[in-house]
Amino acid sequence: MTSRYEVVIGLEVHVQLTTATKIFCGCATSFGSQPNSQTCPVCLGLPGALPVLNRKVVEYGIKTGLATNCSIAPRSIFARKNYFYPDLPKGYQISQFELPICEHGRLDIEIDGKTKSIGITRIHMEEDAGKLLHDSNDSSRVDLNRACTPLLEVVSEPDMRSSDEAIAYLKKLHQIVVYLGVCDGNLEEGSFRCDANVSIRPWGQKEFGTRAELKNINSFRFIKQAIEYEIERQADILNEGGTVIQETRLFDTASGTSRSMRGKEQAHDYRYFPDPDLVPLIVSEDWIEQMRRELPELPETKIARFVNELGITRYDAEVLASDRAMAEYYDSLVALNGNAKLCANWVMGELQRALNDTGVAIVDCPVSSPMLAALLKRIDDNTLSNKIAKTVFDAMWQSGKEADVIIEEQGLKQVTDTSAIEAAIDEVMAANPDQVVEYRGGKDKLMGFFVGQVMRATKGKANPQALNELLKKKLAGE
Amino acid sequence: MALTDLTIHELQTLLKNRETSSRELTRAFLTHIADTDPHIGAYITTCEAAALKNADAADARLTEGNADALTGIPLALKDIFITEGVRTTCASQILSNFVPPYDGTAVSKLKAQGAVLLGKLNMDEFAMGSSNENSAFGSVKNPWNRDCVPGGSSGGSAACVASRQAVATLGTDTGGSIRQPASHCGVVGLKPTYGRVSRYGVIAYASSLDQVGPLTRDVEDCAIMLGAVAGYDPADSTSINLPVPDYQASLKQGVKGLRIGLPKEYFIKGLDADIQQAIDSAIATLRDLGAETVEVSLPHTEYAVACYYLIATAEASSNLARYDGIRFGQRVDQGRGLIDMYMQSRAAGFGPEVKRRIMLGTYALSSGYYDAYYLKAQKVRTLIRQDFLDAFNQVDVILTPVAPTPAFRIAEKTADPLQMYLSDIFTIPVNLAGTCGMSVPCGFSRDGLPIGMQLIGRPFGEETILKAAYAHEQATDWHRRSAPR
Amino acid sequence: MKINREQVEHVARLARLALSEAELDTLTVDMDAILGYVEKLDELDTGHIIPTAHAVPVENAFREDVIGTSIGTDKALQNAPEASDSCFVVPKVIE
Repeated sequence: MTSRYEVVIGLEVHVQLTTATKIFCGCATSFGSQPNSQTCPVCLGLPGALPVLNRKVVEYGIKTGLATNCSIAPRSIFARKNYFYPDLPKGYQISQFELPICEHGRLDIEIDGKTKSIGITRIHMEEDAGKLLHDSNDSSRVDLNRACTPLLEVVSEPDMRSSDEAIAYLKKLHQIVVYLGVCDGNLEEGSFRCDANVSIRPWGQKEFGTRAELKNINSFRFIKQAIEYEIERQADILNEGGTVIQETRLFDTASGTSRSMRGKEQAHDYRYFPDPDLVPLIVSEDWIEQMRRELPELPETKIARFVNELGITRYDAEVLASDRAMAEYYDSLVALNGNAKLCANWVMGELQRALNDTGVAIVDCPVSSPMLAALLKRIDDNTLSNKIAKTVFDAMWQSGKEADVIIEEQGLKQVTDTSAIEAAIDEVMAANPDQVVEYRGGKDKLMGFFVGQVMRATKGKANPQALNELLKKKLAGE
Repeated sequence: MALTDLTIHELQTLLKNRETSSRELTRAFLTHIADTDPHIGAYITTCEAAALKNADAADARLTEGNADALTGIPLALKDIFITEGVRTTCASQILSNFVPPYDGTAVSKLKAQGAVLLGKLNMDEFAMGSSNENSAFGSVKNPWNRDCVPGGSSGGSAACVASRQAVATLGTDTGGSIRQPASHCGVVGLKPTYGRVSRYGVIAYASSLDQVGPLTRDVEDCAIMLGAVAGYDPADSTSINLPVPDYQASLKQGVKGLRIGLPKEYFIKGLDADIQQAIDSAIATLRDLGAETVEVSLPHTEYAVACYYLIATAEASSNLARYDGIRFGQRVDQGRGLIDMYMQSRAAGFGPEVKRRIMLGTYALSSGYYDAYYLKAQKVRTLIRQDFLDAFNQVDVILTPVAPTPAFRIAEKTADPLQMYLSDIFTIPVNLAGTCGMSVPCGFSRDGLPIGMQLIGRPFGEETILKAAYAHEQATDWHRRSAPR
Repeated sequence: MKINREQVEHVARLARLALSEAELDTLTVDMDAILGYVEKLDELDTGHIIPTAHAVPVENAFREDVIGTSIGTDKALQNAPEASDSCFVVPKVIE
C-alpha cells in the first residue's frame, strides 16, 4: 500500500546524561526522590540565580560527537529558547542554537546486509524541563527535580527511508551512548527519548512532503509502530486527495494511534538569543585529544577485532559486542583462556542463560571471568566433560566457589583411565547379552543404549570420547 | 556632629576605639529613618530587630578585636539584592510578598564582614527607570528638593545616603542607575567594570549590562565598599578572575601627570549652563592639581541610547519571563486556564514601564526582527566599546557630565518615555563598553540641586578613577554639604 | 508606522501580558516612536563588525560535577502561590 510513496524520516533523540549533578547547578540528578527536593535557586529559576556550566557535560558532549564522527566546534555558545510552560522555571530553556558543540556527523547502520550512512546534523547540550503531573480535572502539579538535568540532543538528517532504518539508527546510537557511559540507556525512565519527523512523497519527487513530528516515544517497538501508523495515516490522506498539515502528534501506545497536540501548537516563536549569563565555550585541540584517548573501544571496532583477531563468527562478535560489559567480560576471559570460540560459546550460552534466569547484571555476576576461565581450563585438560562442566558452572553460580573446589567436593573429575572404562563396559555387556547379540546382528541404534548404560555406571564421569572408542571396539568383539 | 553624619572611615575609628557601639549607631539610624523617611520614601522594608541583633554581634567582634572594614557599619541595599529571609520586591507588585531562601554573593560578603543591614531601598521597578517614579512602593523624593526626583533606578540608594539614613548603600547600574541618582543627590556612586562584582543574587534586568556598585558620602567610603564586594565568584560565569587591588591604599597618589580626556561629543550645545559651569570648574581643579586634559572623540556616542534600549529590553524580556505566578510572586487566577493565569498575573504584577520594555524587547527578538534589532545593536555595541578602547590609548581617565540636567521635577518627564531614555545619554555608553565609571559631586545648580561629574576608567581601572575623584574631593568641599533636614 | 496595533497585540500574547485597550493604544504609540528612533542604527554600516555579547572578554566558566547543596522541598515551595503534595500547583495543562 505504501509503495506509492517514499518515506522520509529524521530523528531527534534526547540523551539524558549520567552526570552526578545538573547541567547548571550542583543539585543531584538521581531519580525518584521526593518532588522538588533536588532543587536550588538556579534550577527553580528564582530571581537573581545564575547558571554555571558542568564541565562533565561538555566532556560527554565531545565524546558523543567523536563517537558519531562529528566535528567538534572550537567555539560554541548557549542560547535561550523562550517559551512559557509550567515545567520550564525560567520561562526559557538554556540550549544551543546557532553554534552547537558538534556538527556534521554520521552513523553507519546495517540494513538488509548493506551498510547505509545516516547523517547527523548536530548534537547540542541543553537542560531538561521538570515533570508535569496531571492528576485532577482542574489542576496539574509541577515537580522540578528533573529541571536542569543535562541532555544531549542528537539531530539526524532526514536520511532514513523506513521504520526499520529508523530503528537500526536508534539502536546504534543507543548502543554508542551506553558504551560511552554518558547515558544509562533506560528508555522507560526517559533517559533516551525519541522524536520522529515523518513525511512521505511520491517516488521521484524531489521536495520533501509536509512532516509530522511524533513526540517522546519511549520504546523501540512503539517508535516503529508510531512511524508505521504515521506513514499509513499520511498515505491515506494523500490517496484521498488531501494535504498533510505540519503538526506535532502524540502516539498513544494503548490504541496504537496518534493524535494532534494542539496544546503545544501555538506561537512557535522561540526568540532565541545568546544567553548573556553564560560565556562562550572554547574547546581546544588538546581537550578533544584527551577525550579521544578516553573513548572506549566502540562496538564496530570491537566486532572487527573479534572477527579478525579472535576468529569468531561475525554473528557471535555482534552478540558479544552488543553490550559493553559483556564484551569486556569476554575480552578478559579470552585473555585468560585463549580459546576464543569456547569462550564465546560459554559467554553467550551458559553465562547469558544464568544472567537471564536470575536477572543479574553481568557486572554483578557471581562467576567472574577468572573463575570461568579456571572452569574452562578443566574442559581443556579433559578433567571435565562439557556436560559436567555445566553442572559445575551452576554450582559455582549458586555458591560462588571456585571450579576446582566444587570438582573436588563433589568428586566430579572425569574418568579418562581406560581400564576403569573398559571394566565398566565389560560389566554392561555381561549384564545385557541379548542387546549385544542384536547389536552385532546389525542393530546400530543400540549404540546409544550402551553409552547411556556405561555413563550411568561411571556416574557420568567417563570421558565421552574414550568411552565411544572403547565401546565400539568391545562390541565389535575386538 | 550627629553619628548619622559620619563616614565609614570616620566610624571605623570610633567603633574600634569603642567610643561608640554598633548598637548605638544602629539605633541612631533607625530613629533617624523613622523621622526622615516618611518625607523621602527611600526604604521599602526596614529590618529593625535583625539590625540590632547584628549590631550586637558586630560589637562582640569589635570588642574581641577581630573586626573587618565594615564590622558594625549600618548599610542599606537596593531592593534588587536577594536577601535570605528578608522580603525582596525589586519595587514590583509581582514580588511584593517574595521572601528569598538564599543570599546573593555581595550580601554574603557584607554579612561576613559583620555589616549591619538596616533595610531594603526603593528603586524603579526592576531597575527600569531614571527617576524612581516607576515603583510599586511610591516614588522617592530628592532630599535636596522634595519636588524633584532623586534619579534612578537606584534612587532610594542615593536618597538614603544623601538624607543620612544609612552610612552607605549598594545599588546596581545597567545604564546609569548608580551614577545618575548619585549625581542628582550629591553623593559618590561607582559602577565597576562588568565582571568586577558578582551578579549572583542580584535580580537581573539586562544581564550583559548589570553591575553592582556602592553609593557613599565620599570617595574613601566608596573605595572601602568596592573592596568589600569586588572579586571573582564561581557562581557567576561572567565574573572575572582578577585580584582585587587595595582601592583605599592607592587613593592618595594624586593626579600629577594623569591624562584626562574630554570627549567632544559630550560637551554639546544645549548642555545645561549650570552643569557646564560645574564641570568646567572641576576640570580647572584637576588641572591645578597637575592633571593634563586632552580632547578625545567617542564618535558613536549618539547611537548609544538606541543600542542600549534594544539590548537591555531584549535581555529583560527574557529575564522577566520567570515571573509567571507559579513558583513565587503574585498570581491572578480567574479560573480561565493556564494561559490566562500567566497573562493576568503578569499584567497585574508589572507596572507600565516594565510592560513597555518587555514588549519592546519581545518584539526585538521575535521572528524576523532579531537581525535588524538585537544583532544590529550588538554590532553597534562593538563600535561603542572600541571608541572607549581607542580613547584610552590616549588618556587615563575620561571626564564627562553625568546627566544633561540636574534633577528634574517629579512627573516632568513621565509622559514621554523616549525623552526620559535620552536623559541617560552620558551614562549608557559606559555600560555598553563594560568599563567602569563613577559620579562625584562637583557643584550645585542655581536652584541648589547637586551636580556630579563622571569619571570613566579603563576596564578594571577603578583605582585610577577613585584616585582622581579623591584628589578632586580633597581640593573641594562639595561632598561636605548636607541636604536640608 | 514601524508597528501597528495588531502586531502589538501579537507581541503582548508572546510576552504573556493581558493588556487593556487603553494600554494597547498607548503602547502602539510609544513603541512606534521608540522603534522609529532606533532606526538611527541603520546609519551605521556594521556588515563586517563582530557583535559584542559581553563587553569584557570571558570564556569557559565551569563548575565540577560535584553534588552541592539543594534547598529542599519546603524552601522550594515556600513562596509558591499554590502548592500541594510537595509540588507546585498550576491550572490544568492541556497537551
